Amino acid sequence: MDSAFIISAIITIVGISTPILLAGLGELVVEKAGVLNLGVEGMMLVGAIAGFAVTVYTGNPWVGVIGAAAAGALSALLFGFFVLTLNSNQVATGLALTIFGTGLSSLIGLSFVGRIVPQFGSVFPREMAIDPIGRLFFGYSPIVYFALIMVVLVAWFLKSTRSGLILRAVGENDLSAHSIGYSVIGVRYAAVAFGGAMAGIGGVYFSLVITPMWAERMTAGRGWIALALVVFASWRAPRLLVGAYFFGVLMWLELNAKAGGLSFIPGAELIPSQFWAAMPYLMTVVVLALISMRDRIGSSAPACLGKPFLPAT
Amino acid sequence: MANFNRRSFIATAGAAAAALPLVGGKAFAQEKIKVGFAFLGPIGDYGWTWAHNKGREAVNAAFGDKVETVYVENVPEDASAIPVLRDLAQQGCKLIFGTTYGYMDQMVQVAAEFPDVKFEHCTGFKRADNLATYNSKFHEGRAVLGTIAGKMSKSGVMGYLGSYKVPEVVLGVNSFMLAAQKQNPDAKLKLVFIDSWFDPPKEAAATETLLNLGCDLVTTHTDSPAALQILEQKGLFGFGQGADMSSFAPNAHLTAIEDIWGPYYVERVQAIIDGTWASTDTWDGFKEGTVVISPYNKAIPADVVALADGVQAGYKDGTYDIFTGPIYDQDGNLKVKEGEVIGLGDLAVMDWFVKGVESAS
Repeated sequence: MDSAFIISAIITIVGISTPILLAGLGELVVEKAGVLNLGVEGMMLVGAIAGFAVTVYTGNPWVGVIGAAAAGALSALLFGFFVLTLNSNQVATGLALTIFGTGLSSLIGLSFVGRIVPQFGSVFPREMAIDPIGRLFFGYSPIVYFALIMVVLVAWFLKSTRSGLILRAVGENDLSAHSIGYSVIGVRYAAVAFGGAMAGIGGVYFSLVITPMWAERMTAGRGWIALALVVFASWRAPRLLVGAYFFGVLMWLELNAKAGGLSFIPGAELIPSQFWAAMPYLMTVVVLALISMRDRIGSSAPACLGKPFLPAT
Repeated sequence: MANFNRRSFIATAGAAAAALPLVGGKAFAQEKIKVGFAFLGPIGDYGWTWAHNKGREAVNAAFGDKVETVYVENVPEDASAIPVLRDLAQQGCKLIFGTTYGYMDQMVQVAAEFPDVKFEHCTGFKRADNLATYNSKFHEGRAVLGTIAGKMSKSGVMGYLGSYKVPEVVLGVNSFMLAAQKQNPDAKLKLVFIDSWFDPPKEAAATETLLNLGCDLVTTHTDSPAALQILEQKGLFGFGQGADMSSFAPNAHLTAIEDIWGPYYVERVQAIIDGTWASTDTWDGFKEGTVVISPYNKAIPADVVALADGVQAGYKDGTYDIFTGPIYDQDGNLKVKEGEVIGLGDLAVMDWFVKGVESAS
């Protein structure tokens, strides 16, 4: 195992982790506001096709990313209308959003199969990303750096700003937040829209960066991993970053186990690749168990998560 | 043409099933003939299912108003294929094509339930009076790809992105490898199964993994152009699967195996119309035009093109068969003696890899 191997492994891991990091970060804010949106997979697909379509028409992937964020936010607002204004069941509506997003993206995508799009330019001058160490730091797609900046921003927003405090209050105790005059529904709409926009950008990472093409269901279940990731991170942005890359390592291990590339680990050939594929979910269950054991001291899940807001009239 | 997605299809099929006792089964008899297709992936995969859908469109084009085709996309290879096949039969389809290996036992079961409906199973080997099988000799195409790969891979270490360990893929791996070894006796093939036919991000990540393990050329037996796009970014070579994928990767795309199902589908629908349909086992290849090689990349030198054309010509006139001995298995045991050729029956159930294939599972 030489340094070139490790560096290209890290580059692969960063690449496969970025969409779940983006979508997970959006969902984290949504859940912090007390809303459970299981439609991440659907919003990612809507973002993937919308961003691809916009890029095809404008020829500019940056405009495509904005289109993806807008489409993700719009589909999330549709979800918001049902669960926030009409108080429908969040779990059922979220699942419906996934089914809707899958179908809608396939429908829109019919005329985009086989099309090709222009690529992002690099953020840093190309000369910086020639040698392996340079590639490790300066060779990624702009969306990768955007995701890292967003981790810092979201962590700072939730921890250190007044708006972040209000958002958390709405998620922890909606009735109290309401009684001191904050608009619970308004805050939740904003959070849901943000979550949709982030899922949309996570989705467009598939159709513009990983494989610049449109293929139906191309996110292939990563929205569900993003949902697991939020729980795994126990609703904290810095842990979400660590968790996303950790899940990325597990996905990388799965692929290498299949390809016989883990010979540097003694005994690795005895572990079937399916074990690594199941690990993200297994680890999430373990974290859930740890959280509930610790809950006697203080809960980490937002107290109002998934509950409709029904103020006494 | 009725364009169903699975959900609206189930709703429609439910309504149709409810209406059936009133209408009576005979109502369909004088109507146009209905042909059903159960597809593994989305028709927009630009690979396997896309090619089958082209075949379906060829049926529409050939028969016009006389035939109506319906299809269901994204039918999983598990027990949930049974209600889909059953619903197609209940809708009045006279002929139903199941287009992936994983529907095998489900088709056997549903065919027994509907003796008046004819079923056709792609790449399978279980037949009944109303259940035929058909396949394409993709491995003939793989021999052409392997010939090119053996010459184009500088390191001699190549990657094979596989889906599942089913006979079709095993044949593809072995054919590719044997052909490559004829050009480069030291060639090695790293094989990875991603447990899916269609998962672009996983196909992309698996391709990067293979490159990371020292491969400088990757061929795919999964259905999206994802691997080719990674190879394009890295300036390396690969092949398309199911369709000409050169628009996705103009430099990396050496050539592709194209699956041409139209003529077979048209022939079988005609047999239903004529009342001559019989349960057969069809396995066509280069000779019959079911397997076609896409235009070659300009990067392939003329002498390599000549070698590849030679393989195609050999299959067409019957003078070439990649599964001619001596052939050794992964552990170096002689499996096929010098001069012997593996028969079609043995090929259909092949489950071992040839020497030089490195696989973990």
